Amino acid sequence: MASRTVSWLLARSLSSSGPRSALLPRGKKLGLVSRGGIHRYNSTAAAAEEPITPPVTVPHTQLLINGKFVDAASGRTFQTLDPRTGEVIANVAEGDAEDVNRAVAAARKAFDEGPWPRLPAFERQKILLKCADLVDKHNDEIAALETWDNGKPYEQAAKVEVPMFARLFRYYAGWADKIHGLTVPADGPYHVQTLHEPIGVAGQIIPWNFPLLMFAWKVGPALATGNTIVLKTAEQTPLSALYVARLFHEAGLPEGVLNIISGFGPTAGAALASHMDVDKLAFTGSTETGKIVLELGAKSNLKPVTLELGGKSPFIVCEDADVDQAVELAHFALFFNQGQCCCAGSRTFVHEKVYDEFVEKAKARASRRSVGDPFKAGIEQGPQVDSEQFEKILKYIRSGVECGATLETGGERYGSKGYYVQPTVFSNVKDDMLIAKDEIFGPVQSILKFKDLNEVIKRSNATRYGLAAGVFTQNIDTANTLIRALRVGTVWVNTFDIFDAAIPFGGYKMSGHGREKGIYSLSNYLQVKAVVTPLKNPAWL
Amino acid sequence: MANHGSNGSSDDLTFPLEIPPAKIRFTKLFIGGEFVDSVSGKTFETIDPRTGETIARVSEGDKEDIDLAVGAARRAFDHGPWPRLPGAARAKIMHKFADLIDQHIEELATLDTLNAGKLFSWGKAVDIPSVANTLRYFAGAADKIHGQVLKMSRELHAYTLLEPIGVVGLIIPWNFPSTMFFVKVSPALAAGCTMVVKPAEQTPLSALFYAHLAKEAGIPDGVINVVSGYGPTAGAALTSHMNVDKVSFTGSTEVGRKVMQAAAASNLKTVSLELGGKSPLLIFDDADIDQAADLALLGVMHNKGEVCVAGSRVLVQEAIYDEFVKTLVEKAKEWVVGDPFHPNSRVGPQVNKTQFERVLSYIEHGKREGATLLTGGKPAAETGFYIQPTVFTDVKEDMMISRDEIFGPVMALMKFKTIEEGIKYANNTKYGLASGIVTKSLDIANTVSRSIKAGVVWINCYHGFDIDCPFGGYKMSGFGKDFGMEALHKYLQTKAVVTPIYNSPWL
Repeated sequence: MASRTVSWLLARSLSSSGPRSALLPRGKKLGLVSRGGIHRYNSTAAAAEEPITPPVTVPHTQLLINGKFVDAASGRTFQTLDPRTGEVIANVAEGDAEDVNRAVAAARKAFDEGPWPRLPAFERQKILLKCADLVDKHNDEIAALETWDNGKPYEQAAKVEVPMFARLFRYYAGWADKIHGLTVPADGPYHVQTLHEPIGVAGQIIPWNFPLLMFAWKVGPALATGNTIVLKTAEQTPLSALYVARLFHEAGLPEGVLNIISGFGPTAGAALASHMDVDKLAFTGSTETGKIVLELGAKSNLKPVTLELGGKSPFIVCEDADVDQAVELAHFALFFNQGQCCCAGSRTFVHEKVYDEFVEKAKARASRRSVGDPFKAGIEQGPQVDSEQFEKILKYIRSGVECGATLETGGERYGSKGYYVQPTVFSNVKDDMLIAKDEIFGPVQSILKFKDLNEVIKRSNATRYGLAAGVFTQNIDTANTLIRALRVGTVWVNTFDIFDAAIPFGGYKMSGHGREKGIYSLSNYLQVKAVVTPLKNPAWL
Repeated sequence: MANHGSNGSSDDLTFPLEIPPAKIRFTKLFIGGEFVDSVSGKTFETIDPRTGETIARVSEGDKEDIDLAVGAARRAFDHGPWPRLPGAARAKIMHKFADLIDQHIEELATLDTLNAGKLFSWGKAVDIPSVANTLRYFAGAADKIHGQVLKMSRELHAYTLLEPIGVVGLIIPWNFPSTMFFVKVSPALAAGCTMVVKPAEQTPLSALFYAHLAKEAGIPDGVINVVSGYGPTAGAALTSHMNVDKVSFTGSTEVGRKVMQAAAASNLKTVSLELGGKSPLLIFDDADIDQAADLALLGVMHNKGEVCVAGSRVLVQEAIYDEFVKTLVEKAKEWVVGDPFHPNSRVGPQVNKTQFERVLSYIEHGKREGATLLTGGKPAAETGFYIQPTVFTDVKEDMMISRDEIFGPVMALMKFKTIEEGIKYANNTKYGLASGIVTKSLDIANTVSRSIKAGVVWINCYHGFDIDCPFGGYKMSGFGKDFGMEALHKYLQTKAVVTPIYNSPWL
């Protein structure tokens, strides 16, 4: 029952077509094995099997500049790897400063001279709706590319993330013709109005954990408001963006409006962040890189920067919570997407009265988590994205053990090939342990005990991060107190990871600047121009 | 084949033209997702204004039918899926509805031309595609209905919920049967309401077609009900119904008053009214005369003057008055009267005999009261309800043709001296629907814009409608806005939710 609830919540939050049973197999289309073939992590059989051949070919590996796929100026390529095996999927053109220059020039021209910002907003809306329709049409191929490159369960990509991508573009399409300036009261005889103008060329740098959704969060509002874009994808996951960007051009997006550069942060990313002709920068990634991006923005042309960075989000289970539900949601909050979520509920605070029961059940739930080839039906957890993440997570697990936290389950790599990690649960975690302080970005749950509300508020806020929090209680006063006291950008009460298009998302403190999604995201891509003119004999003021 | 302004004779008119095949597919009431006969079994004739002949017999809804339709809408609202769907899911169905309209543009435009005498070319190119776009606009709004979290003065947490108001009655006029249907239906759908639509008895055909397309698009049964019939019977039953939560009416000021009275006498349902107008177009000395004359003619001749915002009072500053009149007479000839199916026609027939005779009687009044008939003034054909584009000069403020809404192709021209006098004339009316200004001066434009008591001011343009631009009247032209995000709020009501909070770190 509890797992059904989570599936339902997930479907509800991420699917465009309302409640339906999420994560059910899409029939035999891909020749996936049946649910009966799921293996638990404590079996090594799954990993020993041959990886399933992805039902898609890689259509594009070049950079997309000014509406054309082109090689990098240097001619160089880099390998993008299959996290199930560590083997090469494809060689992808490696963008660097010169390619960023070309892309920015194309975006600049498209903004300064091209049709995009000059189209009636209604026409921009129509093109964005068509983009969404084309993505719907190619749902399964796009999802397969995403899984192949990233390692996330195919069913999650196909049933939730790609539909959500289309949903986000439909949402932003609807905004395009509803961006309103204000007429403003003046102290004297003046007529005052504000024009909300597109900001210009937007540089956008997206992470590898949700390549498509992060694309939609950034590209959606920028296009709806009439900007042009240079987007740098993560070097781990360049493939899906190139595919959907091609579809966008088929839908009628003019050339130069959306340019895609694959490449690395210190080269392509830095060139974009410090470019003098980029008017705005949006970055999602680690707090460390976010600092560099902000610095580059400041050092170059003072471009405004929005940042969506790391987190160490508390998930607070109060004494009156329904423990079974809380366990399931806490499990989901941490393990979803292999734990590779910036908002992962990675500090599970449990009230002492329900602590023992909670730990027992959390351990049992993690032990039941199905790990394996993400193309297999019913799989909950695939591999981590790459060897670097894989090693980092195992290092944190070792640190947890060394610090004296109780390893309840997991703690090792899963299988012998690829970057699979066992679902891992620590109890008796203390606030000063590394696993309670650092963003692990993996399937490692840390459970901490608390006694009273003030204490848990203080401990929850004792972090440099402030991205999200989960609150689990039936008591309205407890809920209201926690909601206002937590210094975070999102509070989920008796739920977690609800990511509707209209709900703003972003961080307090060192989790970032600005908000994405919702009406708030539009202002990231708009300049406000005040227009003032005197009035002669006005009838009223 | 066509008549050139006042010079034409009925011999030139070959009415009616061969029309595109228009099978009349839907003539029954649409209630609870089904086409049904009226309870009484009665029907009424709907006629072709080009000839006065009957096109079809349509079911005549009355009180019992309204009861059934309201019952269906009530059930759909209280128990059905529509208000419970996420906005995005409602949007999806509305997009489908819009796509289906796009697939039937020609057929729908034919129905409106046949039934209302509207220009077929215009319907095909503008009216029908626009209604699909209106649906798309409000589809995009369905998931953007935001309440607010409030700043309370004590330790209280409070927020507002914008909830669909419930069952709404929508009463649609005959001059823009398609446009007005969707001006009301689209925001009501987006808000999550269910509805009973009463189209005008003159023009029921396209509304019934839209009901069919709504069902095909997947709008649940009972969400849109269409009851064709007359105002004093079906309309009155709807406006006085105890189970209707809101009525939105577009029509005359006289009937608007009855609608509001019926609402007050029954369940105090909220009402929005988009009523008559006698809108001024002010042309200042610095105006481009060609442009001004074009706008003046567009303002009052478009849709044969059957437009609530018609610029029926043209106020011209004295320095350019004579030259303006000369240009205007010349340009009036471009407004060719003819069969609305003919691509060269710009003025079709008035909608029916009543309107035709009413317009002609106003023309007689104008002559009798001493205005000078500059051009037009007569029927433009022997059959059908065609009237020549008509311009009066030397019109005085107290003449009927300068006070009453004629709703026909009749312009009243007046002269003014100063800006202040122009403003005074412009505001000397019980109406306040629309207005226009033609000037190159920024100061005049700004001053006059704020001085005119009307819901819209078009500067150097006329009929500048847009889906995102709210539209509705001042004074006795009504209240409540159609179009734009404001239109949504007619179909929503605000609920405040308040609860105490303790130990909040901020207030």
